[in-house]
Amino acid sequence: MSWIPIALLTVPLAGALLLLAPGPTRPETRARLLRAYGLGVSGITFVLALVLALTFDYGDAGRMQFTTDQSWIPGLDLRFHLGVDGISLPLIVLTTLLTLLCFVYLTGTRNERPRALSCTLLVLEVGMIGTFLALDLLLFFVFFEVVLIPMYFVIAIWGGQGRRAAAIKFILYTVLGSVVLLLGLLLIWAQTGTLDMVALAQAHGSGMARSVQIVAFVAIGIGLAVKTPMWPLHTWLPDAHTEAPTVGSVLLAGVLLKMGTYGFARIAIPVLPEGAAAVAPWLGAFAVVGIIYGALACLAQRDLKRMIAYSSVGHMGFVLLGFATLTPVGINAALFGNVAHGLITGLLFFLAGAVKERYGTADMPTLGGGMLGRLPRMGSLLTFACVASLGLPGLAGFWGEMLALLGAYEPGAGLSRPLYLTFMAIGGIGTVLTAAYFLVMLSKVTHGPPAKTSGGLMADVRGYELAAWVPLVALILLFGLWPKALLLITTPAVQTLLGAP
Amino acid sequence: MTVTLAAAITLLPFLASAAGLLGSRWPRGAPGTPDKAAARRAAWIAILPAAVSAVLAGWLALRWWGGARDTTAGTLTIIDTGGLPISVGLEVTELSVLVGLLVTVVALAVQVYSVGYLGDDRRYPSYSAFISLFTSAMLLVIYAGDLLVLYAGWEIMGLCSYLLIGHWWEDLGNSRAAIKAFLVTRLGDVGFLFGIFVLGVGAGSFRIADVLARFPQMSTATLIVATLLLLAGVAGKSAQVPLHTWLPDAMAGPTPISALIHAATMVAAGIFMVARLFPVFEAAGPTLDVLAVLAALGMLGAALAALAQDDLKRVLAYSTISQLAYMAAALAAGDDEAAIFHLVSHGAFKALLFLCAGAVIHAVGSNLMSDMGGLRRIMPITFVTMTIGFAALVGLPPASGFFSKDAVLVAVEQASAEGPLTDAAAWLLYACALATVAVTGAYATRAWLRTFFGERRVVALPEPEPGTAHVFTAHEAPLSMRVPLVVLAVPALLFGFVGLGDMHWGTAAVSVALALLGAGITYSAWRSDPLADPARLLGPFRVPCEQAFYVDTAYHAIFVRPVLRLARVVVGTDDGVVDGAVRGSGRLTLGAAGLLRFAQNGNVQLYVSGLLAGVLLIAVGAVMFG
Repeated sequence: MSWIPIALLTVPLAGALLLLAPGPTRPETRARLLRAYGLGVSGITFVLALVLALTFDYGDAGRMQFTTDQSWIPGLDLRFHLGVDGISLPLIVLTTLLTLLCFVYLTGTRNERPRALSCTLLVLEVGMIGTFLALDLLLFFVFFEVVLIPMYFVIAIWGGQGRRAAAIKFILYTVLGSVVLLLGLLLIWAQTGTLDMVALAQAHGSGMARSVQIVAFVAIGIGLAVKTPMWPLHTWLPDAHTEAPTVGSVLLAGVLLKMGTYGFARIAIPVLPEGAAAVAPWLGAFAVVGIIYGALACLAQRDLKRMIAYSSVGHMGFVLLGFATLTPVGINAALFGNVAHGLITGLLFFLAGAVKERYGTADMPTLGGGMLGRLPRMGSLLTFACVASLGLPGLAGFWGEMLALLGAYEPGAGLSRPLYLTFMAIGGIGTVLTAAYFLVMLSKVTHGPPAKTSGGLMADVRGYELAAWVPLVALILLFGLWPKALLLITTPAVQTLLGAP
Repeated sequence: MTVTLAAAITLLPFLASAAGLLGSRWPRGAPGTPDKAAARRAAWIAILPAAVSAVLAGWLALRWWGGARDTTAGTLTIIDTGGLPISVGLEVTELSVLVGLLVTVVALAVQVYSVGYLGDDRRYPSYSAFISLFTSAMLLVIYAGDLLVLYAGWEIMGLCSYLLIGHWWEDLGNSRAAIKAFLVTRLGDVGFLFGIFVLGVGAGSFRIADVLARFPQMSTATLIVATLLLLAGVAGKSAQVPLHTWLPDAMAGPTPISALIHAATMVAAGIFMVARLFPVFEAAGPTLDVLAVLAALGMLGAALAALAQDDLKRVLAYSTISQLAYMAAALAAGDDEAAIFHLVSHGAFKALLFLCAGAVIHAVGSNLMSDMGGLRRIMPITFVTMTIGFAALVGLPPASGFFSKDAVLVAVEQASAEGPLTDAAAWLLYACALATVAVTGAYATRAWLRTFFGERRVVALPEPEPGTAHVFTAHEAPLSMRVPLVVLAVPALLFGFVGLGDMHWGTAAVSVALALLGAGITYSAWRSDPLADPARLLGPFRVPCEQAFYVDTAYHAIFVRPVLRLARVVVGTDDGVVDGAVRGSGRLTLGAAGLLRFAQNGNVQLYVSGLLAGVLLIAVGAVMFG
């Protein structure tokens, strides 16, 4: 039994509960106290995650560490089983970091009902961390669902004009996906009689007939694919992102989408290897369609936030393509792409939010151009984030995409090579289209003579914004220049997951 | 030791770029005014490391040819990817020593020159930092010991090229040119990356040394596929047909950038890469045939296009495409040494030509030759140095181009007799190479005459355009611009003598005669009417040549417009499918009481989602079990 994973869950939870108690009555005191409080709680959580990362045994990253296994509801065979390995560790650190940065960002912005927002975000953090820690299928599902409710409120209360419709679409879509996911999980339980992910992963699908595995994989895959999102189940995403407030978009893109792909790495592929082998070509096909479709949709978007949302469909396509290859290098690519996308798209949404706040709109034709002239630092940061997102070597976005394509060049045993070569070629075209829409967007927004129409004098990047963004920039550079920092952790875990010697 | 030097040469400009980007604007001057102190700091941050790099590269070369070749390869770390590992490391070869010297010297010249050309530009600090980053990336390509490390440098060069072409981004035309350069090269780079996959997986390692050692065991088909894919990247970076269209547009960038990136170094990276992996290419005959045909078409077509341009920089840009095609021709003919010889001499004389053109443009305030003329009296130093550059371009003795072009022509001539090429490809290449010599003489003479001779046609511009910071000054260029001209004129004039021993005087005589023929025709046309453009000799072909045979227009119609149309269709579908399904479900709910409840709650999306999920489930299920 280890205390860190439990502390990771209890600190934000206790923090959220404590917010329900009445605070000081004077509004200024309350606002200041609240800011410090949010920073404090998320900061402690982040430090805990750092402690976890520092005490993690990197020599044995494929093994579950810091495990806790307690019986919770014996009648349901539900156990409180937590643990960390090389797959979940980067995502946990990413989650706590992004939450902390969101609170840093909130210190400088004015929001209605700030106490409720802080409380919601902390509950959200509990759900997100729990999803990555859980080692019991039902517990995983519980945390997976816990996330939906606070995110619904974040969109529905603090969102933009069309927030209600977007929030309802978000919750219905994802709940529907969850139903299918639950059916798949229960099917596994019914066949094997256990909910223990570690045991199931070690069994590598023994005890389940091929047809059962396929059905379970399809069900779980659809549930996860809604969240990822995979084309054609992505239509909730653009609306949710466009309407969500900045911190909501950041966490949605940075962490929530990762929960879907994490499920593939943690449950679908190791537990149902035969199912994975049968469905992988379909997964790959949907993935590359998503890459092209997302890129084309971006090319014709007018709204900055909507464009970044669609770019997630394309990037997640690369992540799914990595999984679909069923090779160590492909799954490494997917895990790398996951973290890289979280950092880069998190930064992009922060920037888009800051643009929207200053110009009062994210509509690109209304924004005019010349941001590099009006707000040089903001324009430079936007350029940096876009260049990172289009997959330039030396920045984090490259390695995930390149390794996914490499995986597709040599897919796992039993998969059709010509098919995957086609996927690789289409993915390659996707990288060109990705570069195209980002550069066209940069040209429209940052280049050209400064627009004289909208807005007056605007402040360039402010202190709290810089504080929230610089860590992301630094990590994008770190993982881009030194990809080994991440691959070192994931590679052993991936080998274990695929049952490789 | 050798590899440590190479690492230092590569890292210094990288550190300079980081320092320049982050540090040069600190401490800040008064807001709103161009920060002179920041520009001065940035200049020092950029020039000092570039100078040290150049000195180290020179020392490395001295050591190398002095015989000290200890530890030529080093690996920093090996990245385990789960598949083939990537070894982050450098390897020094004879080729990289030579090209590294060229790159560092040209980069230093350009950094010094830029102080005069752009020193008072508001964005000079970021500009010089991007040049430093570019230099570092190019050096990484040159010294890389692993194909994927090479690819990383290769792509970062592309980014720097994008950023620098778009330096004057206030003008959206420059922004478009930058996008075009990045996308066209990236298209080639996708092929390049796949070529690396094929080669690396075939050899079982991405290390270049391993690939070179193991390629004989690979099947010919694999080698052909790999080299053809690599060729796509080469065509993109080195602006060869059919991916050459970005280079003339890239002249929208500041002139020093045209000299450094788009003439001397980055565009040579493709040629360098082929030479680095030359044994692999030699083993893939059909690839060399393809390269020969592309080179033949490219050299003649680009030279004809150069003959009809009015923009001095575009003349030089098309001439770059044409000269790079000569290098490609030498490679196709199986002589990588001739290609590298021409690469180095071209790097020197073309950088010189661009910097001279920059001095002219700086003084005149226009890129167009129709605004120039008679400048030889006003700008004597520029005149002399640019004359040397043109002589080298045309291939007149004793300039360096005479020797290096001779080496290329000899290689092509021998390939038509015996060599890796098929007869048809070899003869086409030989014919085009000779024809191009004559056309080169013609367009170089035209540019030379229209710039420096005849009447002065200069009119001071009323309002300086973006990109032309100066109206007509009627002065020789400032010192910081003159010094690099003189420095580069020396190798442009004398470097060729290293190839003196290998001259084939018969071929040389033919080539000089052809060049003089082309020059003579242009001269007589100009002589008869100095005010008219000698390009009129082209007659009805003048407009197609000026438009570079409408390749751009064709690409726009075939690729750009359909993609944009498709993008609109996708957006329409994405909205339409959802909206359409919602509308359709509204009708359906009338008949379905259970679903009516959702409709009344306004939750039709649930139904749509269910429909989509159900259809997919059924479809996948039917495929799986059907």
